[in-house]
Amino acid sequence: MITSSNNPILIIASRFLTPFIQLFALYVIVHGHYGPGGGFQGGGILAASIILLRLSLGTEKSEKVFRRTWGIPLGFFGALVFFSIGLLTMLFGGNFLEFDELGLLGFNKVGSHFYGILLIEIGVGIAVMSTIVSIFDNLSGELDGD
Amino acid sequence: MIEFFLGHQLYWVVSLLIVVGLYGMLVKKNLLKKVLGLNIFQSGIILFFVASASKRNATVPIVEATTKIIDSSQYINPLPHTLMLTAIVVSVSVTGVALALLIKIYQKYKTLDEELLLKQMQ
Amino acid sequence: MKKTPLIILTFFAVALIYSTSWLPNLGDPQSLHHREHSPIGSQVAADYYIKFAGQDAASPNIVTVILADYRAFDTLGEIIVILTAGIVCFVILRKNL
Repeated sequence: MITSSNNPILIIASRFLTPFIQLFALYVIVHGHYGPGGGFQGGGILAASIILLRLSLGTEKSEKVFRRTWGIPLGFFGALVFFSIGLLTMLFGGNFLEFDELGLLGFNKVGSHFYGILLIEIGVGIAVMSTIVSIFDNLSGELDGD
Repeated sequence: MIEFFLGHQLYWVVSLLIVVGLYGMLVKKNLLKKVLGLNIFQSGIILFFVASASKRNATVPIVEATTKIIDSSQYINPLPHTLMLTAIVVSVSVTGVALALLIKIYQKYKTLDEELLLKQMQ
Repeated sequence: MKKTPLIILTFFAVALIYSTSWLPNLGDPQSLHHREHSPIGSQVAADYYIKFAGQDAASPNIVTVILADYRAFDTLGEIIVILTAGIVCFVILRKNL
């Protein structure tokens, strides 16, 4: 259990900065197409914003942003998004994760690669973020309540 | 001779970083300092691979979306960067599990010093 | 410092510096992993990725195309590694055994 900090400057500054950090992390994930970035990098920055809230506001007050019991199930949800893209290509008659077969949904050959990569990066970002936050929560207190 | 020195000085600096990490793992007695030495070692290895992928007078591997013939000596080698993203994730996982084990050791034996631990375990 | 770790560290440093002096110069465009064709005659993988990754996936960033299109299976294995680390941390530090 981390207790809340006594310093009002710390509380106000971290509450002010968190939406901007999360917006930058979403920019890094989605712009993995056109510039440096991608799933792993954006997931790390998103996890850093939630750990900042946990350290400055304490564990009880920052439960409203990201519950402690949500950690591992969200991680498996990200892996499920990744797997379902692979199974979707198998449904249309190709091999596992063969993006050419997504063209049956109405895209041309190059567009199906575009959307396949985008969905994979979003799944990777969600999985990495929730696992790093859940490792931090397990290291700082117990899950069944003190 | 000058060319040999200028072309290899980066590898010597990375070797120094690796030796510093190995010093932390071998000589220090506190278990937490050994885990931090492992982290420095992994950072040295990742730096070695990423730095060996550079080319002279070349730029980052982001091409403009044209269909002209791409001259492959203008862009640096992208393959070690990809493999090192995997290595960074492995480094984070190993550090997390090592710190969890350290918490359990401290809860049972009430110390993190190596010699006191070896005496208490016998 | 005692004598045994000092000898081991010096030996390790000398071995690293000696073995990296056999590597090619930094940034040499004619070294074995930067050129176009390997000594047998087949094409080097990095050269193929730079030339064809932009057209294959309509995306300028070559590193993301390699991670998510050509080598997507390795990224799947990577996610399984980090999920396993998360589960292991939870199992070690539970309270009611």
